[in-house]
Amino acid sequence: MQIKVKLFATLQKGRFDEKMFNLVDNTTVRDVLHIIGVDEKDASIIFINNRHQTLDTVLKDGDILSIFPSIGGG
Amino acid sequence: MGKILRINMGSEGGPTIVEEPLGNYAGLGGRGLTSAIVSKEVPPQCHPLSAENKLVIAPGLLSGTAGAMSGRLSVGCKSPLTGTIKEANSGGQPSQVLARLGYAAIVLEGKPKTDDLYKVIIKNDGVKIEKDNSLKMLPNYDLVERMKSQYGDKIACISIGPAGEMRLAAASVACTDTELRPTRHAGRGGVGAVMGSKQVKVIVLDDTGTKVRQPKDPEKFKDANKRFVEGLQKHPVTGQGLPAYGTNVLTNIINEAGAYPTYNFKQGNFAGASKISGETLAELEVKRGGVATHGCHRGCVIRCSGIFHDKDGKYLTKQPEYETVWAHGGNCGIDDLDAIAMIDFWDDNYGLDTIEMGATIAVAMEAGLAKFGDANAAIQLIHEVGKGTYLGKILGSGAAVTAKVFGIERAPVVKGQSMPAYDPRAVQGIGVTYATSTMGADHTAGYAIASNILKIGGHVDPLSPEGQIELSRNLQIATAAIDSTGMCLFIAFALLDQPETFQALIDMLNAFYGLNLTADSVTELGKSILKMEREFNMKAGFTKEHDRLPRYFYTEPIAPHNVVFKVKDEDLDKVFNW
Repeated sequence: MQIKVKLFATLQKGRFDEKMFNLVDNTTVRDVLHIIGVDEKDASIIFINNRHQTLDTVLKDGDILSIFPSIGGG
Repeated sequence: MGKILRINMGSEGGPTIVEEPLGNYAGLGGRGLTSAIVSKEVPPQCHPLSAENKLVIAPGLLSGTAGAMSGRLSVGCKSPLTGTIKEANSGGQPSQVLARLGYAAIVLEGKPKTDDLYKVIIKNDGVKIEKDNSLKMLPNYDLVERMKSQYGDKIACISIGPAGEMRLAAASVACTDTELRPTRHAGRGGVGAVMGSKQVKVIVLDDTGTKVRQPKDPEKFKDANKRFVEGLQKHPVTGQGLPAYGTNVLTNIINEAGAYPTYNFKQGNFAGASKISGETLAELEVKRGGVATHGCHRGCVIRCSGIFHDKDGKYLTKQPEYETVWAHGGNCGIDDLDAIAMIDFWDDNYGLDTIEMGATIAVAMEAGLAKFGDANAAIQLIHEVGKGTYLGKILGSGAAVTAKVFGIERAPVVKGQSMPAYDPRAVQGIGVTYATSTMGADHTAGYAIASNILKIGGHVDPLSPEGQIELSRNLQIATAAIDSTGMCLFIAFALLDQPETFQALIDMLNAFYGLNLTADSVTELGKSILKMEREFNMKAGFTKEHDRLPRYFYTEPIAPHNVVFKVKDEDLDKVFNW
C-alpha cells in the first residue's frame, strides 16, 4: 500500500518534509517511525488524515501520516 | 513599584498629574490591577470613548525584576470593540521600564476639551506632559524616530498610530521592542482608540538611573528564578520549538488538524499552508540575513520572535506572529510571506490589531471588495484604513461592523471581536473560550489548543464536546493569574507539563514579596479577577445569551471533519460555576 509521510519542525532536519512510502499491510505508525529513524519519544503528535492517532494505529492505503515533535505557539 | 500615576486629561487649564500609593489595590499587578481599577472606577454603562472611561497601563507583579520572562504589559479599559471590560497584553520593553520607574500603573482619565494632542515623558526625576500637535497622524515608526531624536535611544515608547487617533475600534497600543521599534502591540479590543480618545499620542519612558527591583529575599528569588529558567529550557516547546520557529510553528499543525480557518472560516485546510509555515519563515529569515530567534523584551529566555528582511536584505518588520500569518494569510487565501510581512509592518505602523484586520479583510473579500488570495488588494485595503478614507474607517472598525455594512452573514466574532486562528468547530475547547471569555473571542484567555491539539497538559479530543467546559474553565482561571504576574503566557506550556516549574514561579512571587502563596492561592487570584470582569460585563448589559458563538458555527459543518460546534448552551453557562 501507498502512504504519504509528512514530517514537521525539528523532525525534518536531516530527513524530509514529505515522502511517499510503499508499505506492507498492517504497518503501524510505530513501524514507520522505525523505518524513517525517528525516536518514539520525539513523535509527540501524530495525525492520520487530520485526526489524532497513536503509535499503534494501523495504516491503510492512501493515508496521510503527519508527525510532529512537541510544539506550541499562539 | 508602589505608585499609581494618574493623568487627568480633562482638567481645566490642561492635563494634571497626581501620584498616589496603591492603597486598596496593593498586591495586584498586570491584568489583576487593570481589571480592578476599571471595574471599580469606570461606570460599566459608559461610552468607551467618553471621559468616563479610563485607560489603565500596568506592568505585572514581577515586571522590572531580574525574573526571566517578566516583561508583559497589561492595557485595560472598557473596550470600544466589544463593550466589555478589556485587558490587552503586550510584550516589548515598556513593562520592565515602567516597573523600574516605580509605577504599578498609569491611569489616563478624562478627556481634553480641545483637539490638542499630548505626549507624556516619564523619567526617574519626574513626569511631564506636553502638548505636541506636530505629532498628529504620524505612523508609529515615524513617531518613535521623532522621540528618539528628542529623548535619546535609551527610551521605551507606548504609542498610538493614526488608527488610534481616529478612534477606530481595531486600533492597538504599540510598545517598542529591544531595538526601539514599535513592533509589539496590545492589539485586541481597540485599546488604541481609548488612548486616542484621551488624546495621548505617546508615553516616553526612560529608566536611566533606576535599578532592578529588589526582592525581599534575594537568595531565594535567585534560586527560584534559576529553577524557573531551567524548566523553560528543558521543555521542548519553550526550549526548542518556539526559539527555532516562533509562534508560526503552529501553521502546519493547525492545518493538519483541519482547524485552520481558511477563506473567512469556510474550510479547515489551506492548500498554501506550507508556503507560509514557521519552518519556511525561519529558513527565509536566516537566508536573507534576518534573525529567527529573538526576544521581544530583555530577560526573555524563550525568544520566539525574529526579524524579517525583505528580498533586498533590508529590515521590513519583526517576525510576523502565527495569528498574523493566519489572519492576513490563510484566512484571506494569501500564501505569500513577503506580502504578509508587508501587511504586518503597516498594521504596526498605523497601529492596528493584526487579528481583527485580517478577519476584516477576509469578510471584505467575501463581500467582493477584493478576491481571496489577492495580496496587493489586501495591502491597499490596509492603506485605506491608515489614510482614514470612509471605506478605511469602516474596515478599521473591525469584522463585525464591516460584515454589517456590506451585508455579510458570516462574521466570525463573539461580542464584536473577531476570532483568532482556530476554527471552534474543529477545536471545540477553544470555542468554549471564545464564547465565554470576558474579553470577546480571544484565544489567549483560555488556550484550549494546548490540550485539544498539542497534547500539552493532557489530551482532550478536539472534535467532541466532552471535557471542554472544565478544560476552558481551568485555563481561563490560570491565565487570569499569569496575566497578573507580568509573565509571558508561553511559560504555561512548561507549567502545564512540569509541576516543579509552576512551583518555581510561585517561589519567585513568594521570595519577591515575602508571601506564602500556594497553587491554590494562584487559582483563587485567577477566579477573583474573572469574577470582577464578569460583574463589570453584567452591569454593562451582557447576559448569558452573549456567551454564544455566531449561529452559523452551530449549523454549517466545516471540512475536512464536517463538524459543527456541539457544546450545549446550558454547559457554556456553567463555565464560571466553580
